[in-house]
Amino acid sequence: MKLILTEEQQFLKDTAQSFARDKTPVTHFRELRDNKNSQCWDESVWKEMVGLGWSGILVPEQFGGSEFGMAGISVIMQELGKTLTPSPILSTSVLGVSAINMLGSDEQKENYLPKIVAGELTTALAIDEGNHHDPFAIDATAVLDGDKWVLNGKKVFVVDGASAGSILLVARTSGKSGESNGISVFVANKDSAGLDITKISTADSRNYANIEMSDLTLEQNALLGEKDLAGETLEKILDLGRIAISAEMLGNTEEAFEVTVNYLKERKQFGVQIGSFQALQHRAAKMFCEIELTKSAVIAAMHAADENSNELERLSSLAKFQAGETLHLVSNEAIQMHGGIGVTDEYDIGFYLKRARVAEQIFGTSEFHQSRYADISGF
Amino acid sequence: MEHLEQFRQEVRDWLEENCPPSMRTPLVPEEEVWGGRNAEYVNPESKLWLERMGEKGWTAPNLPKEYGGGGLDRDETKVLHQELFRIKARPALNSFGIWMLAPCIIEFGSEEQKREHLPKIIKGEIRWCQGYSEPGSGSDLASLSTKAEDMGDHYLVNGQKVWTSYADKADWIFALVRTGPKEPKHNGISFLLIDMATEGVSTKSITLISGKSPFCETFFDNVKAPKENLVGVENSGWTIAKKLLQHERNFISNFGLAGGGTGSGADVVSIAKKYLGEANGQIANSAQRENITLHKMKEHAFGLTLQRSGDEGAKASAASSMFKYYGTEHNKDRYELMIAAMGNKGLGWTNEGFSDDEQAITKAWLRTKANSIEGGTSEVQLNVISRRVLDLPN
Repeated sequence: MKLILTEEQQFLKDTAQSFARDKTPVTHFRELRDNKNSQCWDESVWKEMVGLGWSGILVPEQFGGSEFGMAGISVIMQELGKTLTPSPILSTSVLGVSAINMLGSDEQKENYLPKIVAGELTTALAIDEGNHHDPFAIDATAVLDGDKWVLNGKKVFVVDGASAGSILLVARTSGKSGESNGISVFVANKDSAGLDITKISTADSRNYANIEMSDLTLEQNALLGEKDLAGETLEKILDLGRIAISAEMLGNTEEAFEVTVNYLKERKQFGVQIGSFQALQHRAAKMFCEIELTKSAVIAAMHAADENSNELERLSSLAKFQAGETLHLVSNEAIQMHGGIGVTDEYDIGFYLKRARVAEQIFGTSEFHQSRYADISGF
Repeated sequence: MEHLEQFRQEVRDWLEENCPPSMRTPLVPEEEVWGGRNAEYVNPESKLWLERMGEKGWTAPNLPKEYGGGGLDRDETKVLHQELFRIKARPALNSFGIWMLAPCIIEFGSEEQKREHLPKIIKGEIRWCQGYSEPGSGSDLASLSTKAEDMGDHYLVNGQKVWTSYADKADWIFALVRTGPKEPKHNGISFLLIDMATEGVSTKSITLISGKSPFCETFFDNVKAPKENLVGVENSGWTIAKKLLQHERNFISNFGLAGGGTGSGADVVSIAKKYLGEANGQIANSAQRENITLHKMKEHAFGLTLQRSGDEGAKASAASSMFKYYGTEHNKDRYELMIAAMGNKGLGWTNEGFSDDEQAITKAWLRTKANSIEGGTSEVQLNVISRRVLDLPN
């Protein structure tokens, strides 16, 4: 496994970089926020991404995708992260596609994947139920009543849940909370009776929902894959999501750092550029080191996913941990080094801090992944 | 790829035939090979292994064949290392000459110097040491004052170097000397090669907080160094000095990986399980387990970064300061975690009450404190990153 990009992946990255710079600079996000856009991302921008094939990067060719893999979608997310570009790419093109492709029957794939590729359908993965990510702590239930599934329970903090056409609901069909066995995944149309979706308002001004299922009644074919057995695959799907968001967080970090280093070169106090102060230089140099480590962890994880490596779990946790730690550090330092202007809403740097803390929570904090890494490694 | 696989087979066959059996067993410190005129071989197979590898040029696989190197490209070198690793071969030669001096002679040396010095370095016939630091010139290396006066056919060298590793065992020294006392400090330095057997050169070893050490003080008292031993142009030695430091830092940065650099080679997780005990297969103390996990994750990411840098084909550059800084700080952290995990067993000095391994870890812990000082302090590395990578103002 070489920790570099192929020509094809580099080309995708360059395309995404130009896209983000030209079509969705940070002002784009600011407008969405100021206009209180209800889905928090722009339909026409998403259509353009779809036009570039980004919705189908993880989709097999037979269903209209390009199979460019996790490396392909990760480099796109990294570039979109630099300008804080909101889109349903994580919830739909990574999580939705992976769940349907890895769990679903041929018929289900045929039913959903081409629509996702074409941009006609977005999805959301509803998994967490508590204040912290805990993938097997599932209390929501699904019971077979005659020939229908009946689901009850609640889901929180569902990424893009407020706009998705289809919600992928993780529910328990047997066993008890905390067990990997007994977990199943269902697909439900957002308008289904018994499915109550409430948009929540978060600091990063993006799209999340809390979801209630009250006797939500679904057909048999709403079950993705086999009953009770989704747990292990779900972990893999989450690992892909973790890698993708780590790549986005790396992009957030790189941009926040660059903006900050440039500020250190411009801002003058005491008659000199503040970047000439060693107290700031050494902190900047330490951030540089952590960012280099993050780049390596992310690229190793995305290649591991594409190569089906047995190191995937460890590398995915390493990537999310390192990306989280680094973004946490850089987002805090960016504000401090900007001084007063850094805490104003008018200046963009604060957006990175708000996005940082939310992204750190998604699919497990650094502490979550530290524990997971220790367990997998046998420490 | 086909070519590489064929090469791999050739390497494998050659190693099978030429790597002596005892050279495939774990290295014991007293059998470490550094070569040189006065080398003593406790194990005759170490000598044989050096001769065979040296003949092949594989002690310096990527140096040009015409000067005795292996002439291998990057991919072939990687294959050779993989095959050596596969059979757990001991390093045939440890050499400051190969790690630091040879790349600089290739880049800056004359044709005569390449022909004279490189083959002997590669075969391990001449052992080199590095004369950089002086009592008054540590981090501010360019303020060095060991002077070399132009006496026509030779330089007359007077002054003192310090922290010269293995000066008492080395045959030659590559030294920074002041040839232009009136020039601005960076512009009056030259890079000079001096035979340690020359009259007027003497050494004295230094005892560290960790006990015995390879470090020495080196004194030059009216030492005559022939002019042909000047590398590059007079008074432009600082450029060579900086380049050599990058090679040195690249080498030292391997300290960040478990088993690399100065240390005992002990693994922090197994040490913790042994001295703290296990609960359900886990390190029993949860706070220390967390600290150690953090350390191992950083190590993993750092190792991947070294790998990525290699895959990107990065040469020695200002970024090597990052590796030096991170690697050495990480190695210090490892030993702090290790002695913390060992409790009062991590604090032994001599045999009474402590095993050899325990004492070795205590000594290694103390020795690692120098890692972030030698080869440029951590603070100097952060300066280099700030100025040369991030382009922050002076």
